[in-house]
Formats: sequence, structure tokens, C-alpha cells
Amino acid sequence: MRNDVRSHLDRRAALRLLSALSGLLAASTKISGVALAETSPNASGTSPFAVEIAPRVYAHKGHVALYAPANEGDISNAGFVVGRDAVAVIDTGGSARVGAHLHQAIRQVTQLPIRYVINTHMHPDHVFGNSAFEADQPAFVGHHKLARGLSARAERYLAINGELLGADVFAGTKIVLPTLAISDVTKLDLGGREIIIEPQKTAHTDNDLIVRDSETGTVFLGDLLFSEHIPTLDGSILGWMSVLDTLAQAPAQRVVPGHGPPSMPWPDAAKPIRHYLQVVTDEIRAMIKADHTLSDATKTVGFSERDAWQLFEDYHVRNVSAAFAELEWE
Amino acid sequence: MASTRTAAQGAAPLRALALLAAGLLIAACFWSGARADEEDIWPALRADLFGERAVTEDTTAVSLEAPYRAEDAALVPLTVRIPAQMAGSVKSLKLVIDKNPAPLVADFTFGPAAGAGERMIETRVRVDMYSNVRAIVETNDGRLLMATKFVKAAGGCSAPALKDTDAALAEAGKMQIKLLAGASDGQREGELKIRHPQYSGLQLNQVTGYYIPAKFLRVIDVERAGERVFRMEGGISLSENPSIRFSYAAGADETLEVKAEDTDGRTFTGRATPKGA
Repeated sequence: MRNDVRSHLDRRAALRLLSALSGLLAASTKISGVALAETSPNASGTSPFAVEIAPRVYAHKGHVALYAPANEGDISNAGFVVGRDAVAVIDTGGSARVGAHLHQAIRQVTQLPIRYVINTHMHPDHVFGNSAFEADQPAFVGHHKLARGLSARAERYLAINGELLGADVFAGTKIVLPTLAISDVTKLDLGGREIIIEPQKTAHTDNDLIVRDSETGTVFLGDLLFSEHIPTLDGSILGWMSVLDTLAQAPAQRVVPGHGPPSMPWPDAAKPIRHYLQVVTDEIRAMIKADHTLSDATKTVGFSERDAWQLFEDYHVRNVSAAFAELEWE
Repeated sequence: MASTRTAAQGAAPLRALALLAAGLLIAACFWSGARADEEDIWPALRADLFGERAVTEDTTAVSLEAPYRAEDAALVPLTVRIPAQMAGSVKSLKLVIDKNPAPLVADFTFGPAAGAGERMIETRVRVDMYSNVRAIVETNDGRLLMATKFVKAAGGCSAPALKDTDAALAEAGKMQIKLLAGASDGQREGELKIRHPQYSGLQLNQVTGYYIPAKFLRVIDVERAGERVFRMEGGISLSENPSIRFSYAAGADETLEVKAEDTDGRTFTGRATPKGA
């Protein structure tokens, strides 16, 4: 969310170019739907907003970018699972407008009722599309700590992201809190198809959950998994590593990260993020042991990871600050 | 612009901000940044803090290090140094953040154990919007000398306490005191960390719908072998889990003792003795 105007503009220009290029590539070589998914519906008008990554399981790839009017807040992944009787939506994008695009994509696939709208955690790029689903009267599903975390941040999230997108693009966006709070592993029925909601301990945030579709072995990991986009720490770095290690033990046919490709192999997809978190942790521990300060740490820790991630300049130092403040008390 | 500021604080702040953003096109990078430059509130603030007394910018008397762009507004490191030739004649240090809801961050009163060598205080603060940050020392003969840095940050004061709210509450009051290596010219360095949520009073409790009452460390006394290094009186602008790194005078007994008290009257104490002592 933070950057100066110039880099903001440069990045957007670069994104538009990338977006256009990937559209061309897809058109000329007919490579997979996954590649097609990298262009937004607004960029090409024809490519699908969401791709079918497993039978009746769809995922959308958001831009790897900060909030900007050109991307409408479409900067995170989302998806949906279609059962015999109903649909479950997993995350809703970063504005009511993105939520509406997702809604439209669902309606191109099925007319079944949308029974559940699940938020993998409280961050605005994953929950701000919720309002586009209110008319469907679904159960809004979230970790039992989501409401507390989001409410505490709501005013600021709305103000900052509203300003970044502009009033027009942001119109209709509001906070929609969970109506079904998840404290324990919970099964949700879509008619002949069960999805399993698994709340996690504090990791990326203190209100992360994952969504497992048993039928296809697909797991929506939310922001417990970042790819391409640098991870952002708003919970506990030690908890995050621990959660990733536990999840890596549980097999999955494929996973959907909160940011990055719409479908990835598991547990291989966890390796880069797990590595990043470990490097940051190890280097901060060494700094603390040598009596260095938080300020010192922000100047050196983790810079070997710079080329491995997009948006490194936007989030890395903040990650180091947050991790330092945690690790100095371990 | 003054009307914009008023509107932004009124009943429809989001709409006003959004309109402001649209009006400024992309120039309004993130919120409150646009508002922060509108007026210089320092003259009024100076009058509140020091009355008619002159405050002189003098970086030979006091220096301030702060990041120009704060990556985490709730955790902005500040370092103040008072050169050795000044240290003996400085009795107090105030840290001020002009645009914070509580601009006076901390007021340090030094004692004899602060020492005569270069004096250093480093801590972490919350910065609520783009603001000047000031370190102002008062000399024994009553002069006020200042160093100023501009910091770009937004949202530090209303940032929710801790990434992990439950852990913050469970562990309040824990203390770490360290005697650091690298002493020179009769000065030592110490580090004090206290777990405390430092509730600013600007954070919303979702369960009750009310703002969490301010609850923060009001005073911290640091002594070396019974002599004052400093007393710090602080407010909500000090980051949660306050961390203070400081210099102090070498001596025969270098035991550090810390006593802190929060706004609820809870006291926390700790001490550290040099290794091998």
C-alpha cells in the first residue's frame, strides 16, 4: 500500500505492458487457461476472469500489484467451488467492483445459489468484494478472530484503499463481517460436495483459515502462501513457518495461493516463502544476539531475497520491522 | 484547504477523503499525507509546550536520526545524540511529533548517572501522519535547542495493538534489561524493553464497540547503582512494547535498576548486573 507516486506509476505501466504481452502470448500459442487468467477481463474483454483448475473448482489470479485505479483493487486471488446444490466463494477481491466481476464469472458457470462466501483472512484485498454478494444472502464465513481484527482496522482500510482507488472505482465497497465464525475445523455442504474450513493459529495474520475441497484435493491457502508477490507479515513469523510446516505434511493435489498463480503444486509451492521467512528469522536472530537494533536490522536483513520477489521494496522492510518486534521477545 | 481538513474530520470523512483524492488525481498518494502539509502547527505547539521561550534549531547541540519514510508507522525508530561537549549541560530531552494526537512523545529528565560523554537515547514511536519529529534539549541555563526531521508515515496511533492481540495482553509487564558491549570514554550502553500494549485510546474494541481506553507506561525510572540515569514520562506515542536504548556513566557498580508504572498504577521492576559482577 505504500510507495511513492513515481514508482506507483512506473509499476502500473509495467503491469499494463505485462498484461498485454501475456494476452498476446496466450492468443498466439494457445497456452493453458492458466496463462489466460493473467489478464483481467478489462484488459482483454474476452479472457476468463477465473479458470477451472480442477473439476468445478475455479480460481482467479489477481494482479501482483498495489492498489491502483487501473487494477480496481484486483490484486489478490479468489475462487469458487461448485457443488450439486450450491456454490462457495473463497475471497472476494479488493473492491465491490472486483467482487462484482467475480460474481459475474460465477454466473457464467452456474446459476446455483451462492451459499457461502468465505474470507481466508481480514485483509482488504480479500474481503472488500464481499458486498457484491450480499444480495445472494450467503453465510459469510471467517475465522473467529476475523471480525475483531477487521473491525479494529476498518476505518483505516476503507480510507486508505478508497483513496488509492478513487471514489468512482471504490464505490459500493464496505465492510461485511462474517456471519459464521469458525473456531474449529468445519465442514460446509454444497450438495454432494463438502468443503472443509480449517482455522489456523497466528501466522500471516491472527485470523487465517484454509479451505479444502476433498473431492479434488484442492486447497485454498489464502495468504498463508504467497508466490511472485513478496509475503507480507501481519501476524507472527514463527507461527507462519510453523503453520507452513504443518500444512506441508498434508497432501494436496494442488493449492491456490493468496497471491501468485491460480494453481500450484504442493508442497513444492511453499519452498520459496518458507525460505524467505527462514532467512529473515535467522538474520534477525543474529542481529538481536549481536545487540543490534531494529533500525540496524531494517538496513541489512533479508536483502539477499530482493530479486526473488515482486514488490520487495514495498513490503520487505516492514516485514523485517514486524519480525524484529516479535523475535526480540522470543 | 482548511475546509477540506474540517470536512475530513466531520461526519462523512471517507467520502470527503475520496473526493479529495479524486481532485488531486494521483498526487494524493496515501491518506493523511495530503492533509499533513497543509499547515504548520509548530508555533502553536511550541507555545503550548514552552510558552514564550525561544526554541532554537541547533544540530551541534542535539542530533536526531529518523527514517524519512517509515515502513511501519507504529514502529518508527528514533535516535537522539547529544555530543559530549553538551552532555554535561543538558538536563532534559523532549521528543515531539507535531501531528500526533498526543504530540509530546516522551520527556526525559537526566540524572548524574547519565554521564558526561556522548549521550544517546534511542526508542520507537508511533507516527500518525506525515509530520515533523523533534528532539528538544533544555540546558541547565535554560536554553531550548532542537533538531528536527520530517517523517513520512501514516496511521501509527490508531494502528491496532499488536499483530497478535491475545499475546499482547497475556505478556504485559515482562521486562528485558541488557548491558551492552562497546563502551567508550566512560560511557556504557544499556537497553530496556518492556512488554506493554500501550493502548492509545484510538483503537476500537470490536466486541464492545467502544474505543479501548488509553493505557500506557506513564513513567519509567532508570537508575545505575541508586543514581538516576533518567526518568522518562511518556504518552501514547511511544510504540507498544516500549524499547529504549540509552547511554549511562561507567561506575564502580554498574547495576541497572528499572521501575515503570502504567496509567492503571501497575508497577513493573527489573534489574541487570554486569556479567562477572
